[in-house]
This record gives sequence, structure tokens and C-alpha cells, in this order.
Amino acid sequence: MVSMDGKREEQTFNEQYQRMVDEIKPKPTLMKNLIWAFFIGGLICTIGQVFQNYFIGLSLTKKEAAAATSAVMIFLGAFFTGLGVYDELGQRAGAGSVVPITGFANSIVAPAMEFKREGYVFGIGAKMFVIAGPVIVYGLITAVVSGFIYWLLR
Amino acid sequence: MYCPCYSSGSIGGKELQVYLMAFIVGGLICIVGQLLMDLTPLTPAHILVLFVVLGGVLSALGLYQPLVDIGGAGATVPLPGFGYSMVSGTFEEIDNAGFIGIFSGALKSAAVGITAAVIFGFTMAVLFNPKG
Amino acid sequence: MNKKRGQQSVVFSIPPILKATAAIAGPMEGEGLLAGYYDQVMEDDLAGYDNWEKCESYMMEQAVTTAVKKSGHFMMDIDFLLAGDLLNQLIATNFAMRSLGRPYLGLYGACSTMAESLMIGAMLLDGGFGNKVVATVSSHHNTAERQYRYPTELGVQRPLVAQWTVTAAGAVVMENGTDGPKVTAATIGKIIDAGIKDPNTMGPAMAPAAVDTIWQHIQDIGREPAYYDMIYTGDLGKVGKELVIRLFREKGIDISRNYEDCGCMIYREDQDIHSGASGCASSAAVLCAYLYPQLAAGKLKKILFVGTGSLHSQTSYQQKESIPCIAHAIAVEV
Repeated sequence: MVSMDGKREEQTFNEQYQRMVDEIKPKPTLMKNLIWAFFIGGLICTIGQVFQNYFIGLSLTKKEAAAATSAVMIFLGAFFTGLGVYDELGQRAGAGSVVPITGFANSIVAPAMEFKREGYVFGIGAKMFVIAGPVIVYGLITAVVSGFIYWLLR
Repeated sequence: MYCPCYSSGSIGGKELQVYLMAFIVGGLICIVGQLLMDLTPLTPAHILVLFVVLGGVLSALGLYQPLVDIGGAGATVPLPGFGYSMVSGTFEEIDNAGFIGIFSGALKSAAVGITAAVIFGFTMAVLFNPKG
Repeated sequence: MNKKRGQQSVVFSIPPILKATAAIAGPMEGEGLLAGYYDQVMEDDLAGYDNWEKCESYMMEQAVTTAVKKSGHFMMDIDFLLAGDLLNQLIATNFAMRSLGRPYLGLYGACSTMAESLMIGAMLLDGGFGNKVVATVSSHHNTAERQYRYPTELGVQRPLVAQWTVTAAGAVVMENGTDGPKVTAATIGKIIDAGIKDPNTMGPAMAPAAVDTIWQHIQDIGREPAYYDMIYTGDLGKVGKELVIRLFREKGIDISRNYEDCGCMIYREDQDIHSGASGCASSAAVLCAYLYPQLAAGKLKKILFVGTGSLHSQTSYQQKESIPCIAHAIAVEV
């Protein structure tokens, strides 16, 4: 029974300690973070809108224009990651630069670039998808599952 | 459906409004992301996955299309827009091609995005080195 | 004669001395609070090599050769090298040791390795197994970041509780002798796991381990915390330091007057690194660049140097395990 008491004691210490940590731990500067996320996120989307309008002006369909826009935005995200400024932006903007599709591009270029030193196959090729891979996997699963339901109900 | 984007030419009030709505809708989606980041233990990778799934599910329920109509790029550029494009593409393909559309629709509509990401990602990785 | 004291401690009968130290640091550290104290500051984090891992090996090699040179000995005189770093399979250390060509024991205690290697070195010397030992560790912000967290260019926000892995290496030459600061006692830590799971809150995860080891040291050796001019923990950072003070206060001891954390001594506030420094080199850089000269000059007389390590891996974190932590203490007295 001693070991059980010991275990219980340890548990109560851990719980108390977790509370102490939560009390001392610096809280995220939520308001500041939200404002940054809103403005940078909004700005990136506005830039996207500029391209979208431009492509529609070239008489692409709305769908084609949206696809072309995402290609341009992905290029920009990839390029600024390459230049080494996207992670600096992310430090301030948080979700504002993670959530737009430029952040998706960043999540592809950052590991690809970093693991280049481990070769073109196991480095760039394999590591490119460490974060983007799950996004595509779960996006596809969502699409197929909801597609199947849609097909059944049609 | 009326799309104000077609009124190309001089920047009018309508066009400014389109940009403003893109800014606001896009910014608000990012605010949701920031709240998840700061108030839950979710990592950025989890949030990206969550947003794509969320965008897909909302599209399937017909709830994301209105956001796209209001916000334009503000709704399609953030990651839920990626889920939206996969799901709406799947539904369209099912309408056109039937059962096989379940399997072909999502990647068809995401083709440009994924290919661009791989090609630009590869190019940048070859051209640049990480600064640390 | 039995040199073991109490549960976890040893007292050396012929205390070995620290003969010389050397520290080499990265550019960010070179601009920090200890600017001017390092033996060498690199211009960038590659030092001319094509990857960060090679740079880390170079730092360790450089620290060892510099320290040996400063001690007045030759590499051939060194009986054993005790070394470690943060990377899987100690690769930075192994490659540094490849060119040094002396008998070597690789140690992994995560960020506690400096204290661990000094402690084992002192035991080897006091046990009469050799005359000269070098203890050395390294860490590199970018190699650690890509192994433990994310690629460095990924645009994620670091939480305010997060610490910054130090890019540096430190080496200490120890020998049997009388002229210099002596390692008089040591306390070997046991694993303490307070149930913290978030790898961004390493300081708070390690604080209970530091408290446990310091407390055990007091019990085993029979010294009050006030016996020491200063007690230094390795890399708890601002938050962890505050937690140590609080946990001791709960035991009825006020250590706030003679306690500092090495993780708070490396970067300036405006360098935007949040809660302080971490990594093997956090305690090593402070000891080798700053504390040792202070001890040698007699400005500090008695210190307790407590290396703290969080012994998790990316696998254990992804499997939702909490962080097992350890702390080792050595007493250095003039």
C-alpha cells in the first residue's frame, strides 16, 4: 500500500505544481496577437483579392481565377520563406501568416530547404510534406467522405 | 449571382468594398486561428489540419459558400478555402460524372494549388538555404 | 574510505581542480550579457561549414583545444575526454572526438551534461584512474531546433515561456592538483517527472528536479544553502528560476539571495528570446566564460553548480509522455 500512497502523493504534487506553473507562466499577449493576426491575415487576403480581380479581368472564370490566385500566393509564400523573412513575419503575425495559403507554402518550403542537407530524395523530397502532408490527407478524407454522403443523398 | 469583381476598370466604391470585405473576412478567420493557438494546446500543424477539415465540412453543409460570396479571396486564400475548394469540387464532379467524382473531384480542384506548392517549394529549396 | 554521503552524494577526498576553461559562442550569444567573456565568438552560425551539425562539432573541438592550450598541457597529456551534446546519438560530439584522438566517454544528460561530465571527471581523478580529464559539451540553436521542434524557417510563434537554445561550446580541463578551484562534492540526481508535457515549458518541467537535487545535497552533505556564495542552475530560464525560489519557500528556505540561473545570464532582455537560454551550452558557457574566471580570481569562493536536463525526445512528446527531468550538482570551492 505504500507505493499506492506514494503514487497518490506524487499525483497531488503534480497537480499543485501544474497550478503553480500556470500561475507564473507568462500569458500570451492575446490582444496584441489578435490584432497582428487580423491585420496581417487580412492584408494577405487583400493581396489575394488584387490578383483574383486581375485574373478575372483577363476573362478567366471565377474558379480558374481562384486557382491562379492560389498559385501566385503559394509562389509568394515560398519565395519569402526562401528569402528567410516569412518566419520573422510569423513571429509577430502568428496565425495571420500561418492560416493563409502562403503559410501552407511556408510549411512546405521550410522543411524542404532545411533538410536539403540530407539529400534530394530523403531530404527535400520526403521532408517537404511533414506538415503539408497531413493537411492534404485530411482535406482529401473530408472531401471523399462528404462526397460519398452527397452521392448517397442525391 | 452578381459578382462585383467583373466591374473592372477604374477603382470604384464597389471594388474598394470587395477589398475591404476580403480584408475583414480573411482577418477574422486568422483571428479564430490565433485564438486556437493561444488558448488551446494545439500546435500550428494541428490548426492547419483542423482548418482544412472545418472548411470542407462547412462547405458540405452549404455554410462556407456564403462566406466566399461575401469575402472573396478573404475566404478562399485562408486554409479553410482549401477544404472548401476540395469539397465543392467533389460535389461538382459528382454532379457531372457520378460516383467516380467522389474520387476525382477533390484533387482536380486542388490540382493547381498542390502542383504549385510542390514545384515552387522544390525550386525555392534548391535555390535558397535556411538562415536559421 | 567511503566517499559516498547520504542517499545521492559524494565527497572527494583529494578534490580535483579545474585547471582551465574555454568557451566559444555564436554571434547572438557574443552580443549578449557575456559579450567579451568568450574565448571566441563566431561570425555566423555555420563558421564556414556546410551544415550546422558540422559547425557544432567544430565548436566543441575548438573549445577543447583552446582549454587544453590554456591549461599549459598538450592534447596527448589528456587521459580521458567526457563529452556530450543534445543531438541523437551524440553526433556533434562523436565527430568532434574523431579528430581529437583521445580516449572518450560519450554522455547524454541533455542540458545537464556539463555537470554530469565534471562530476564523473572528478570521480575518475579522485579515484586515481587518471591525471588529466577534459569535460566538454556543446549545443547549437539550429541543430536542436530542427531535431526537437520545427524547421527553423517555419513561421510559427514561439510562446513566451519558451527558451532559446544556446549556440556555444564549453570545455574544462580538470586535473589532480592544488592550485585552482576544487570540485569538493557532488550530488547525482534522480529522474523527477512533475507531469509537464509541453516541450515549450522545459524550465518549469526541470525546476522540481533542480529543487530535489539541491535539497538532497543539503541533506546528504549537511550544508545550508547559505554555505554557498551562489547556487547556479543550468537552464531553467526566468519562469523556472521563479519556480525554484517558490518551491524552496514552501520548504521554508529562502534562496532568492544567493541563487541565479545560467539561462538568465546569457541573453539581453532586448534580444527577444523570451524566457531565457537553454541547452547544454547554457550552463557550460556561463561556467567556462564567466564563473571560472571569477572563481580563479577569488571573487567567488563557493558555488553549487547544478546542471538541469529534460530528457524527452520528439517521439516521447508525440506519444504524449510527460518530460522526465534530472539535475546534477557539483560544489566548486576555492
